[in-house]
Parts: sequence; C-alpha cells; structure tokens
Amino acid sequence: MTPDLLEEGAQRAERLAELREQGLSGRTAGSLRAIYGRTVPRGQVDVAHGRILYLEDVSVSFDGFKAINRLSLDIAPGELRCIIGPNGAGKTTMMDIITGKTRPDEGTVFFGSTIDLLRYSEPEIAALGIGRKFQKPTVFEELSVFENLELALATHKGVWPSLQFRLVGEQQDRLLEVLETIHLKDSVRRRAGDLSHGQKQWLEIGMLLMQEPLLLLLDEPVAGMTDEETERTAQLFLTLKGKHSLMVVEHDMSFIRTISEKVTVLCDGAVLAEGTLDQVQADERVIEVYLGR
Amino acid sequence: MNTTALPTPVATDLLPQKGPLLTRKGWSGVFVALILLGVMAPVLNLLLPAGHPLHLSDYWVGLLGKIMCYAICALAMDLIWGYTGILSLGHGLFFALGGYVMGMYLMRQIGTDGVYKSELPDFMVFLAWKELPWHWALSHSFVATLLLVVLVPGLVAFVFGYFAFRSRIKGVYFSIITQALTFAAMLLFFRNETGFGGNNGFTDFKRILGMPLATQEMRMALFVLTGLVLVGFYLWARWLVGSKFGRVLQAIRDAETRVMFCGYNPLPYKLTIWVVSAVMCGVAGALYVPQVGIINPGEMSPANSIEIAIWAAVGGRASLIGPIVGAFLVNLAKSVLTVTFPEFWLYFLGGLFIVVTLFMPQGVVGVVRSWRASGWKMPWSQRPATDTEARP
Repeated sequence: MTPDLLEEGAQRAERLAELREQGLSGRTAGSLRAIYGRTVPRGQVDVAHGRILYLEDVSVSFDGFKAINRLSLDIAPGELRCIIGPNGAGKTTMMDIITGKTRPDEGTVFFGSTIDLLRYSEPEIAALGIGRKFQKPTVFEELSVFENLELALATHKGVWPSLQFRLVGEQQDRLLEVLETIHLKDSVRRRAGDLSHGQKQWLEIGMLLMQEPLLLLLDEPVAGMTDEETERTAQLFLTLKGKHSLMVVEHDMSFIRTISEKVTVLCDGAVLAEGTLDQVQADERVIEVYLGR
Repeated sequence: MNTTALPTPVATDLLPQKGPLLTRKGWSGVFVALILLGVMAPVLNLLLPAGHPLHLSDYWVGLLGKIMCYAICALAMDLIWGYTGILSLGHGLFFALGGYVMGMYLMRQIGTDGVYKSELPDFMVFLAWKELPWHWALSHSFVATLLLVVLVPGLVAFVFGYFAFRSRIKGVYFSIITQALTFAAMLLFFRNETGFGGNNGFTDFKRILGMPLATQEMRMALFVLTGLVLVGFYLWARWLVGSKFGRVLQAIRDAETRVMFCGYNPLPYKLTIWVVSAVMCGVAGALYVPQVGIINPGEMSPANSIEIAIWAAVGGRASLIGPIVGAFLVNLAKSVLTVTFPEFWLYFLGGLFIVVTLFMPQGVVGVVRSWRASGWKMPWSQRPATDTEARP
C-alpha cells in the first residue's frame, strides 16, 4: 500500500458515504479503471468490466410470436449506440424488457456487472439510473414545462418527501441548465400540451436529463422534428456521449450518420449485424432485410 | 457536488416560485365564508325573530347543513377523480360508514329512553338480542367514535385500494368494482342479523354528548361545525394539490407510465389520496347523521355514489372550488324540483350529466373562467375570438 493508494481509497470511501447518505447511487457513467478488492454498494452500478448493459439470450413471445429471439447485446459506459431494423424487429420490445415493462421468457439482463434488472420494477429501474424516452412523446400535458422538469428531478420519490418538497438552489441551477440545453427557456411557464411536437420531444429528453441517468434509451427521438431541430438534437446527443451511455432507436439514416460510431441491426428479434454504419450498410444480409430481395 | 457560485438571482427571476397556499383574494374568500358561517348564520337564525325578513329559517339551516356535508363528498371526489383521474362510484360507502359509526353512538346516547326502555338499541331488543355485538363495543365513547369515524372508512379504503391499485386496475374497471363494493355493503347492511339495524337503519336520536339534539341551538352548532370542517378540508386539499405530491397525482392522471419511468411508484400516491378522499367522506357522513336524524343502507345505494360524481362534474373537476359549487347548485335544484315535479327529478339529473359532459367538460367553474378570460363579454358578443375557450 503506497500513500497515494491509501489516499485514493479514503477519498473514494468518503464519496460513497456521501452518496449513501443522500440515498442516491453513484451518478457517473463510470470509468474503465478496474478497482480491485473493492465492494460495490447496493444499488451502485459496477462498470469495472467495461460494460454498462448486458443482454444475453433474451427471448420473449407474445401469443406464440417470438418478438425477441435469443437476443444478446452489450453496451459500454459512455457509448452512443444506434439501433436500426425494419418494423417489428423488436426494438421497442427490447426497451420494454430493459425498463421492466415486459418480462422476458428467458435470458438475463444486467445493468453493470451486479444488478439483475429482471428483479426490479419500472420505478426502481428508473431510480437505478435508466431513463427512457417513448416513441410517442409522453409529457404531462396539463402541467407547465417547469413542473414537468421538476417532477423528473432526481430526488426522493416517496409520498412524504413529495409533500414537503421545495426546489433548492442547486436543483434550480440544474433545472436552468437543462432548460438551456433543450432550448425551452422561453417556455418555462407554458402548458406542456401547448408545445409543438418537436418541443415535446425535447421536453421529454430534458426530463430524462433531470433524472441524471447513466443509461438513456431513446425511441425515435427525432421523429416529427424539423431539420434544424434534428440537427440540434444530434449536437445534444454528441455532448451527452461520454457522460452518459445512450441507446438510440432511429429510422432517420442521415441523423444516424451524424451521431453514430457503432450501429446494431436488429431483425426478427435478434442481432443481424453490428459495426459502423458503412460496414452495416454494405452487409448483404442487411440489404436483403431492408430491400426485401 | 461542486457549488460554483452561479448567479442565483437569474434562477429566481426565471423559474416560477412556489406560490402561497391561497392568494390574497382566496384568503378574503375564506374569511368571508367564515364570517357568514360563524357569525351571520347564527345571528340571523337565533337572534332575529321568525317574522323578520332577514330571518334564516330552521328549514334553511337544515338544508344548507346537509348540502355542506355533500360538498365535502364532492371535494373528496374531486381529489380522486379530478386530480388523479380515478373515478370512484363507491364513495357513498365511505360516507355511510362514517354515518353508521356516528349513528350507533347516537343510538347509545338514547339510553333507556327508547320504546322498550332498554340499554340496548330498540332494534336489537326487537330482534331479542341479549347483548351488543362485538363490533359496536366502543360505540358508547364519543372519543372512540370520533377516531372510528376516521379509521373505519380509512381502513376499508386502504385495504380495498391496496389490492385494486397493486393489481393495476384502472379506468372503467375500477369504477365498476367500486360500484359493486358499495352495492355489496348495502346488501350486508340491509340484513338484520349483521347488527346494523336492517333496512330501517338507526334513527330516533335524542342526545349528543348528553345534550338534547332537537334544539335550535344544537342544530346551529352542527351547522357551524360542518361549515368549519368544509373550509378546513378545502384548505387541506389546496395544500395537497399545491405540493409536488399534487402534481405527481396530475401526472398519474395524464401519463402514468411516464410517472413510473420518472422513478415514482404510483401505488403509494394513489393509495394516499384514495384514503384521504375516503376519510373526508366518512367525516361528512358523521356530520350528516345528527343533522338529518337517520342513517340507513339506502345511503350506500349505487345511485347515491353516482350523484357525488355528478356534483363534481357539474361544478368542474380539477378545480377545488368547483365541486363545492356543484354540490350546492345540484342539491338546491333537487330540493326545489323534488317538491314541484317529484317524478322528473331523475330525468333532470341524467339530462344534466349528459349536458355537462358534452358541453361543459370543465363544469360551471370552467365556463366562468373562460368567460372571465374573455373579459366578461357576453357569450354571443365574442364569437370571432373563440380560441381561448375552444380547447379540445
């Protein structure tokens, strides 16, 4: 044990104690540094093995139809992964499984190396640090933009804390920061239901950011956006990459070209191909699926 | 976390701040209501002679007292239906449970002055019962009665709500089950052997806390008490819906899946507001029984519970004052119409519900609000600019 190692360990212990006091899990996407001989506190995501999400041999069928068929997929911390595939390939079902909405018939889903996601409910999975944007923008229409973001804020989510909740300075700053990021600063007091389609998409992304998730699942985030809005969304995702891990399902190829490093093609509930967009587009099997030869 | 000193004034300027419980205008409204209830009504009823033009007759004291109990139910309905989007068609059950708890206390207060001169209530003597059934063991104590008025409806609501919400029963299915629940309870209470007084229920009360019930002063005291409880519950409800808790409820109403993916478990939220709502109804029932002088299983009939929903709808859901206004309007209309055209009342009620649902989804309060937003113009003079009102 060298003095700096001791020092480092002491700092880490302090940080963890602080986090535990706040009742929150660690909120960094994690580094690849292996930390030997350490214990991972309950609820903290262990990404020491370089993977934040593992799906292995996952299958689910609805009335005999195999929506997901022995799907295996993993995502690295800080990675931005695009998922493409024809309609009915199982993209949304896969997100349903990760977020606890659908239970798979078989297979394992792990968040980091230690958290078995199949044992948690939707709100618990959200609290662990997985945020999800739906295909159809889902915001709280009758509440204002401000109230939408405030509800999504990462804090205690029980009844009693909610009754006594007051937005404190630090949280206000966080809210302002997100408002700035999603370009809705001038609409703080507007009713969310009155926003345009693209703005609702952004508000929903903003709500995800308020949750400070480690992993963001985004189902068609630029559907219905103008070219300019799409461009800005691409910029946003590129700034998020590294700090968060992102899984983006999209059909817009030019959007994918702007943001992607690695693309996974799903077909019939399983991975068909994986690689850069160019590699994938040159793949015979992918061409066949898309063009239906 | 690093706290680099950001210019906080910007934050406070830009972000809406948490508002006070009520606006200055709102507090004046509450103040006026308290003066009317606590000073004006007693003076006009007790001190002015019966022939005086401003005299408040006993008939009106009784009627308004009763309607204020209904208004509490409508307020409770609004919390669960208007704010949380869960339509209960079984709130009459909680009202009746509170009423029965208070009713049995009043029965015990009769003492040996009943027809059969027995310590036991008359209906039990009539059924040749020798002792009180176990579930009425605490009914002699006023303090226990007050506690049970809150606990019994609260516990029934908690148990029912826990299983219903945990099974994620929603929408019309939930409404039907609550309707069935109150119907089943009504059948149970109708039976003589269950010890709830059968179809006659409890009546012929004489005293409360040892004081005679049928005096003008006691009626006035109950009237004022009901009014204070109504105002108190209104303020409580305002506090609930003004907190983040209240906004989570509205969020559950608008997009429950999104609420879950934000990390909230909807179950404790729904359960809390469900129990609060049931308790409010129970208290309303307990205030109702000594004023009306009778409680019977008819209060649990499905139609009664549906009426509560109609009051809330007519007044305007998702505004707290709306249901109170609705309860007053509908019940005043009822007391007039059931006298003048008794056979048409139910048709009128049904028609009212259809008209309100089709043409006034925000209720009376919604109409007044959009009227105010248009600068108090007559509806026919603002035809060209209807976009403030015509929100689908």
